[in-house]
Amino acid sequence: MNYIDMHAHMVSRTTDDYHAMALSGCLAVTEPAFWSGRDRLGPEAFADYFDHLTTFEPARAREYGIAHYAWLCLNPKEGEDRDLTRQVLKIIPEFLHRDTVLGIGEIGLNRVTRNELATFLDHVELALEHHQLIHIHTPHLEDKYKGTRVMVEALAKDPRIEPGRVMIDHAEEHTAGLILEHGFWTGVTLYPKTKASPARAIDMIEVYGAERVIVASACDWGPSQPLAVPEFILEARRRGHDEETISKIVLDNPERFLGQSPKFVPPRRERAAARV
Amino acid sequence: MAAHADTCLLTRKQLLDQSFMEHRAHLLAIAAFLDRLERAQGADNAPEDFRLTAFRDALHELTSPEPGRVVRAQLRLSDLDLTLLDERDSQSAFGASRRADGSHDDRAGAEQ
Repeated sequence: MNYIDMHAHMVSRTTDDYHAMALSGCLAVTEPAFWSGRDRLGPEAFADYFDHLTTFEPARAREYGIAHYAWLCLNPKEGEDRDLTRQVLKIIPEFLHRDTVLGIGEIGLNRVTRNELATFLDHVELALEHHQLIHIHTPHLEDKYKGTRVMVEALAKDPRIEPGRVMIDHAEEHTAGLILEHGFWTGVTLYPKTKASPARAIDMIEVYGAERVIVASACDWGPSQPLAVPEFILEARRRGHDEETISKIVLDNPERFLGQSPKFVPPRRERAAARV
Repeated sequence: MAAHADTCLLTRKQLLDQSFMEHRAHLLAIAAFLDRLERAQGADNAPEDFRLTAFRDALHELTSPEPGRVVRAQLRLSDLDLTLLDERDSQSAFGASRRADGSHDDRAGAEQ
């Protein structure tokens, strides 16, 4: 079945992963800017990273017939450093005009500090100023509920925010309802140990419905699965869901959200959906 | 009538036929993990770790007759104090809140 992986850190994956994703029906990936596993040494490192995301990765993906798009930001893990944030925020607009940049992301919170919230709100301002879509990371583990609440409440107070242009990612059972009831899109990321499994993602969709819900792999440099979306497709079939519903979640919904950016080109679908 | 009745498309028997063995293995893995913790070096004199405290709390939800177990287990493993930290205490999360007082938020009892 064709799908779009809306959250894949391909910069840290091998070309073999692009190959496997193409074989499994992947038509496009979107790659949010993220933490590389260590704090970067300065703002120039971000400029280099943004250039990599918007030149090398699209070219590498294209070799396998996969469209590659990026989101730019200083990620939440480094958001505590306000000086670095200010410097990186000055750099980002230089890259926003590039053809494959869809918006600002993955912004958010990590340990839910005052500085992190200020950095998050600075990025929201940047997105509003440049009319960009917003992709939001919610913290993992014990910080998720708190961080999601803080961000949702901050955004809900701002009348300039259009919830339909905001994706709040890494939702789990205790945060999905909160995100959806405020009108935002929500992402459920399929990742071993620290995020949701395909089975739990399907539980959430059965409870909350498939409107404004997207699933993604969040594959990165950690133990993760670039074929997590096909695994979700397989599990959804085992759980009795029909092809139309599954395709809505893995392809139609991402297209609807991403299509709000004039730079997003809906990928050409295969005529007969191959079984994963 | 359970909350969200009939939202799962399979019957209870179909679910059990499909997934019982997998979850039986998960259950035994947790039981073995708890036994292993008791056999650990110096376990008799070790102070209770905040993660294990939260883990035991969350386990209570598994035997609850009420639906919404996963949400309540998640909240047992969450920091429910919405106060912003003045500065970052660590780069990574731990899986359970280190705040011993575990301030609770009245609005946290969300139903799934």
